[in-house]
Amino acid sequence: MEQIYDVVIIGAGAVGCTIARELSRYCLSILVLEKECDVAYGTSGRMSGVVHAGFNNKPGTLMAKFCVEGNRQFESRCRELDIPYKKTGKVLVAFDDDDMNALEGIKARGEENGCEGLRIIDAEEIHGIAPGVGGIGGMLSPNTAIFDPFTYCIAHAENAVENGVEFVFDSEATAMEKKGGIFCVNTRKGLFYARFLVNSAGLYSDKISAMLGITKYTIFPCRGEYFILDKVADKLLDIPAYPVPKPGIGGLGVHLTPTIEGNLIIGPSAEYLEDREDYAATPEIMDKLFAEAKALLPAIERTHIIGNYCGIRPKQAPPEEGGFRDFVIREEEECPGLINLIGIESPGFTAAGPIAGMVRDLLGRHLKLEKKNHFNPIRKGKVRFRELPQEEQEKLIAADPEYGEIICRCQTVTKREIRDAIENMLGARSLSSIKYRAWCMTGRCNGGYCMSRIVDMLVNDYHIPADEITYRGRGSEMFSGEVK
Amino acid sequence: MMRRCDVLIVGGGPGGLAAACAAKKSGAETVILLERDSQAGGILNQCIHDGFGLIRYQQVLTGPEYADRAIKEAEDMGVEILTSRHVVKMSADRRVTSYSSEGIEEYDAKAVILATGCRERTRGNISIPGSRPAGVFTAGVAQNLMNLHNIMIGRRIVILGSGDIGLIMARRFTLEGAKVLAIAEIMPEPTGLARNVSQCVSEFGIPLYVRTTVSDIIGKRKLEAVELSDLDERGKIVPGSARRVECDALVLSVGLIPENEVAQTANIRLLSNHAVDTDKHLQTCIEGVFSCGNCRRVMDLADYVSEQGEMAGRNAVRFLKGDPMEVWDEEKSNCMKKGFPERDTITCTVCPNGCQIKWDENSRSYLGNACPRGMVFAEQERSDPKRNVTTTVPVKGERQSLRPVRTKTPVSRDEVLQLAEKLRTISILPSVKSGETVFTYRSRAGEDISVITTAGQ
Repeated sequence: MEQIYDVVIIGAGAVGCTIARELSRYCLSILVLEKECDVAYGTSGRMSGVVHAGFNNKPGTLMAKFCVEGNRQFESRCRELDIPYKKTGKVLVAFDDDDMNALEGIKARGEENGCEGLRIIDAEEIHGIAPGVGGIGGMLSPNTAIFDPFTYCIAHAENAVENGVEFVFDSEATAMEKKGGIFCVNTRKGLFYARFLVNSAGLYSDKISAMLGITKYTIFPCRGEYFILDKVADKLLDIPAYPVPKPGIGGLGVHLTPTIEGNLIIGPSAEYLEDREDYAATPEIMDKLFAEAKALLPAIERTHIIGNYCGIRPKQAPPEEGGFRDFVIREEEECPGLINLIGIESPGFTAAGPIAGMVRDLLGRHLKLEKKNHFNPIRKGKVRFRELPQEEQEKLIAADPEYGEIICRCQTVTKREIRDAIENMLGARSLSSIKYRAWCMTGRCNGGYCMSRIVDMLVNDYHIPADEITYRGRGSEMFSGEVK
Repeated sequence: MMRRCDVLIVGGGPGGLAAACAAKKSGAETVILLERDSQAGGILNQCIHDGFGLIRYQQVLTGPEYADRAIKEAEDMGVEILTSRHVVKMSADRRVTSYSSEGIEEYDAKAVILATGCRERTRGNISIPGSRPAGVFTAGVAQNLMNLHNIMIGRRIVILGSGDIGLIMARRFTLEGAKVLAIAEIMPEPTGLARNVSQCVSEFGIPLYVRTTVSDIIGKRKLEAVELSDLDERGKIVPGSARRVECDALVLSVGLIPENEVAQTANIRLLSNHAVDTDKHLQTCIEGVFSCGNCRRVMDLADYVSEQGEMAGRNAVRFLKGDPMEVWDEEKSNCMKKGFPERDTITCTVCPNGCQIKWDENSRSYLGNACPRGMVFAEQERSDPKRNVTTTVPVKGERQSLRPVRTKTPVSRDEVLQLAEKLRTISILPSVKSGETVFTYRSRAGEDISVITTAGQ
């Protein structure tokens, strides 16, 4: 007899991982299915890394409520799970009188949503907070923060695993049915059975729902392109700077965000597409992004750019409508036991905690939620050598000489840290998975120095044949094989 | 732990090795060289092709052979070469910190020479549009993977940029049986040396398109194709010129950036191109701190890097003694012929100048050669052009282990591919030493040509 899980969660993005970790507090059998080879490979790993305060969302919506609640609990969540987090605040920058007028409305909306500490500021104060940023005035949001979105998902998944949740990767759901009160999910890794199904499939949430006959949802993919600037640019700005959002764009406008690791990112654009996984960058938008970012912060240069990436928002609002539609989080009456999460776009990451709470409560209507005695809420991350004082570094090298071998020169990542990343709890072995854990291959040389050294470790220490090493999982094989 | 020394060199490539050697020769007592790799030699170790040493040793050497000589010279002079030491910072009072598996070490030097080399410009730096699949590499990374790690990056390859590494790699891929479908160069002329355009590209029939760029990268997970487009005179894409080229690897050879992270930790002044700003004595804005080689200005030849390194080494000692320092002649390293060879000429490869030699019917003599050796070379080229073949062979029983090899004497140009193919089938024992013959090729003319290893265990 196959195992029937109490809950199967489809999708290991921020929301899926947060739900998994939340449910792992209870005596339930839980499985997460993910079509990619690791967590955070979709929308969750392709965003700005900002914990929003909640002033952008329409009062009374789940978006507004959960964003404000999520912001309040984010810091303690990050502390529990050892996720890099920094409360930087954020400035909205006004360039003209229209913007200044709009700010009053944004502030009032934020206050209605429960945001605290919002303050309209003049040009002088803006330049004090964010020297080098243009503009005639703005709004300061003190509770906005930055965090590391990869570590967020990894940490939640690891803590869930620690507390008994199973993850199966490379397991795209291809067909589903509900028979005799049991959901059966067909994947390339076999059949999986569940009493309750949580659909947190992001860009594919409408498709998953449709497999169970609920066809009323449509996701409209909306791409956002980003640039990554070299660490040298972080001296220019240490607080996220956004333009005042224009109505109807369906995004927050091209902004500048310092990352936890000290790079600066520019983006995102907003462009509706047909293809849900077309992560290509386009020359027109790249030029536009840079021009808009330079308007915000004139000191940035093209030579600061070290890379780019794209994310795709799972929007419910069709292109002709634009803007935001509220999150759908519900158990479907036509299909009891199916909990759909549809249109979880920005501020979905910030809201993930409250979303998980709501999913738990929906399940609690049917399932007896009995708390585990031995639930461990704490997850300790691996050593981040570069952040330690020299005395501690010396102790680490004495204990394990691989801490003395610097493999990634741009980010100062040691061989031991790369080994920790390769031997991660989720078993993800692609180069991107190693990159997101150890933060190697992310610097100005784009892995020019460390990549071949990491590949060497994979081949020699872990006996992975060269032609099986992937960039981002199946189908992204890096090499054609051995030369000889 | 703190060690004191007269001269400390950061980086063990050709510049650093020559600097260390010269400092010692000029009378410095303790000279320490710190190298982050497990062996000195720097980028030379992966440059298995020949063409090194033409100026410095008047000999045709491969990269590993050139490195071996430079290392031996430094060792013989009494330079202390410390490998697997990664310098992460230095201070304005010339204290240098290195990390290794043995711990964190501090050095207090009276003079420091920075010879930290350069890195490649990447896709991220030049913002090529398109998706970000597996299969996009810089030329140096491809070279490193192929020549040192036995990893093949693809079978159908497009190269963007015609810098020397890209041209060298075009030949390298071809010798290993991969197909180079196109080299695209945005400028009206190739940016590499004429000798490389001629010997690595033209002679293998590899198409090189100038005023052409990669306008799109296609493939979600794995590279499927690139789109090439023509550029007009202002560098804008010509509408309608795009064509799709199916390939499994895109190799970028789009320039080098001086690598000066260590210099920056001491707030040493850099130029806008990230190169160290030195005076004519190769001294940086900090007294007693010198810079040489590619971290100071990217050069075309290792020979010039060595020469400059030597001067930096001598000047460091002159600085210590309070003697007047030598002046580096900026023009010196700038005389090589770049771009397309001239029509109906022979590009001489006897030295790096790349003289464009032409047979003149009227005077019944060669024109364009700066020295008599060019005439001899041209004569040979007209009757029976010969080339060295450089490649790697695997070591029996050692996974991923390769040894660089080359022909001891050149082979007829027409037989290069045939010999390369034969060399793809052999392997050698781990005990084979540098310079040993590992294969003998009987040429069509009946001549026995030895193939020797160019680096030992």
